[in-house]
Amino acid sequence: MLYFSRTKIIAIAFVCLMGIVGLVPNFISKSTLEGPYWPSFLPNSQLSLGLDLKGGAHLLLRIEEQALKTDTLKTLSGDARKQLRDARIGFLGGIRPVNDNVVVRLRDAGDMERALAQLRLLIQQVGNPLIGTTGTDIEVTQVDPTTIHVTPTDAGQTQRVNSAIAAAIEIIRKRIDSVGTTEPTIVRQGRDRILVQVPGFDDTARLKALIGKTARLSFHDVHPSMSATEAEQGRVPIGYVLYPSADPDEPGVSYLVRERPVVRGDDLVDAQPSFSQETNEPIISFRFNQKGARAFASYTSLNVGRPFAIVLDNGKDETGKEDITIITAPVIQSPILGGSGQITGNFSVKEANDLAVQIRSGALPTPLGIIEERTVGPSLGADSIVSGEIAASVAAVLVAGFMFFAYGLFGIYALAAVLVNLILIVGVMSMIGSTLTLPGIAGLILTVGMAVDANVLIYERIREEMRNNKSPISAIESGFQRAFATIIDSNLTTLIAGVVMFWLGSGPVRGFAVTLSLGIFATMFTAFTVTRLLVSLWVGRQKTRKIPSPL
Amino acid sequence: MKFKGVDFWPHGKLFPIMPQRFRAVPVSIVAFVLAVVILATSGLNFGIDFKGGSLFEIRTKSGPVDIAQLRDDLGQLGLGDVQIQGLDTDNEALIRVEEQPATEELSSEKAQQAAAAKVTEALGSDIEIRRSEVVGPAVSSELKQAGLIAVLSAIFGILLYIWFRFEWQFGIAAIIALVHDIIITLGVFSLLGLTFGLTEVAALLTLAGYSINDTVVVFDRIRENLRRYKKKPLDELMNLSINETMSRTVITSGTTFFAVLAIYIFGTEVIQGFAFAMLFGILIGTWSSIFVASPFLLWVGVKRDWSKEGAATGTEVISKA
Repeated sequence: MLYFSRTKIIAIAFVCLMGIVGLVPNFISKSTLEGPYWPSFLPNSQLSLGLDLKGGAHLLLRIEEQALKTDTLKTLSGDARKQLRDARIGFLGGIRPVNDNVVVRLRDAGDMERALAQLRLLIQQVGNPLIGTTGTDIEVTQVDPTTIHVTPTDAGQTQRVNSAIAAAIEIIRKRIDSVGTTEPTIVRQGRDRILVQVPGFDDTARLKALIGKTARLSFHDVHPSMSATEAEQGRVPIGYVLYPSADPDEPGVSYLVRERPVVRGDDLVDAQPSFSQETNEPIISFRFNQKGARAFASYTSLNVGRPFAIVLDNGKDETGKEDITIITAPVIQSPILGGSGQITGNFSVKEANDLAVQIRSGALPTPLGIIEERTVGPSLGADSIVSGEIAASVAAVLVAGFMFFAYGLFGIYALAAVLVNLILIVGVMSMIGSTLTLPGIAGLILTVGMAVDANVLIYERIREEMRNNKSPISAIESGFQRAFATIIDSNLTTLIAGVVMFWLGSGPVRGFAVTLSLGIFATMFTAFTVTRLLVSLWVGRQKTRKIPSPL
Repeated sequence: MKFKGVDFWPHGKLFPIMPQRFRAVPVSIVAFVLAVVILATSGLNFGIDFKGGSLFEIRTKSGPVDIAQLRDDLGQLGLGDVQIQGLDTDNEALIRVEEQPATEELSSEKAQQAAAAKVTEALGSDIEIRRSEVVGPAVSSELKQAGLIAVLSAIFGILLYIWFRFEWQFGIAAIIALVHDIIITLGVFSLLGLTFGLTEVAALLTLAGYSINDTVVVFDRIRENLRRYKKKPLDELMNLSINETMSRTVITSGTTFFAVLAIYIFGTEVIQGFAFAMLFGILIGTWSSIFVASPFLLWVGVKRDWSKEGAATGTEVISKA
């Protein structure tokens, strides 16, 4: 048990070295790691800190599948109507969704075959045609001689959920990236959820607005003669609406604008925050597509000297109220022919920035609901790190002092093993790029306890063997041998708990399970290589033939 | 270096530990029954992870938190049960708002968001929100289910492993000790009204691992002594095994206990529940290995002929109890 071949010693040293290599990037600045002088064969990933340590926001979003379904049925009704009309097939009443079907009633049962054929043209295969399809997105079935049901299938719904999630992730990523925060995590979870984690960003209200809100700009004609006050007192003329001004300098002011916009938000191709060259205030510059540019050019040429309104539709707020305001209602100085322009609206830099992002990235494919939200402010994160460090150092001093007290030199060997243990865990965690959370630190401290236990088991066994009048060398031999079974059994049972936690747990439980499980492997390795190697080297160093009792 | 360490344990002495079981087992049974009764009557104080709702950890920018004032302000929002709890430092506090029911306009998920927004607004700008959590009902029920499944699966996995490595009697005895530990710990959480959340589930699972670790060390020694002393009465053999592993138990439990105590004392609010469960778990885990698992093993009896590993079980079952 005590003899180590040269190859084994090299192998042990190599594993320890790998642990150190994995650990090193944590002490080097990010710019150096990504710079040209960092050797490419060395790992360059650092241990990332969880949101609980670093501060940040965590949102779990869920797409509203029912809304998606309703939308699908509505589109499908429209498609079916058009299909039948184009084929000049008569139908009774409107074609509309009933429960989960689109119901089509034919005027003439004789048209049934033709109608079925026409509606079946709407069917599309689901899945990738190269890999093989998993079915169709809708089913067309005849229920009675004159009635047809067009039904979205589960496979079709799944595909729509998939593409809605993918589109939503893209949009959320664009929006978060454009406010310049670092390394957000945006991933799909389960069937209908998206996890968004933004480290170092604890303003969840802003984050939620950024993710959930869609801003749509449109350009409207202001009523030529009637003022808003007149309209408020009397009647709002047909085709016109009253919208409040968003300008804080104009509290309570509304504008009477034509409901139908001159140019819609869909015709905007770009919106960027910038600064006005004259006043140096934050502004938003925008650009139209060709269609928008043409419409706007002809409108402004005809209406020089009159005001027009830029309307911002923020969608619905948390309480379900429509939030539509008028950013500004400038007077047209000259025809705007180039298809681009600027909006000055008393914005702060942040507002201009966020608004431009919302305008630019378009609407979310489906509404997203927030089902879980966690935020940790940076000050609390910093406190957690400090308290974690204090707790770890106090625990380390206690453990080290006790081990030395109980086992002397061998106690120091055990501490060396525990240190290697920690290096291996943190090294591996850095290399696989996992995240250290507060419960993870707890797991590390528990690992120290387990690692100490392994060494205690060995040393107590050695003492026991010596009490049974064995020579020191054979006591050491059998001490390691006998403790081995116990250590394996006790660690594997804990490992079972760790693996189950990793597998079934989420969030904090998972972070804990990662460090605990890695810790158990590291403990089994270090107790049987590092401690044993150090003890065997000690035995080899003894000059006298009769080895003194070690413990 | 000549220092060999201090072996403070009186190894020559054989403490009559197993004979104490006649007093200890009733204590465990009473504690277990009490824990079940408390759990059944007052239940657990689930955190928002499992119950839904929202939580805010706040700090005033100057002066101590005026909890009475805060309670008044937040009470007026009509959000149902709002708990406010001061923390270690007097300028910090925890606010818990219960799960909001869904209304006609607002879905349940949105109702939580609206409530959280109201609280944030009511707190005003003089109070820094250091941490906030809003959990909707869909997530909380899932987390509860996942937590329960995690604990049950862990227990089942451990049972299988010990069965495989030892004998079925050992497996059952270990699980009984484990369930004893978990239920009593839960009972203490219920009795003290401590919040029980996801972190505490992690603590419970660690406790399970730790307790089983301790039990396995004792069982391992019992198995070894069963091979060595073929004729020794089982209760004496167990007493010997417990005595032989006692020095290790004291040293390991001691070091782990103090390490976790450091976390409990210096840790933040988030981790203190975890540390508390662990501290309690270390004590009860050690107790149950000696006074729950071993007496049960003695009661059901074990196979005595371990000379051939894997020989048929039950060749010479001696039931002493």
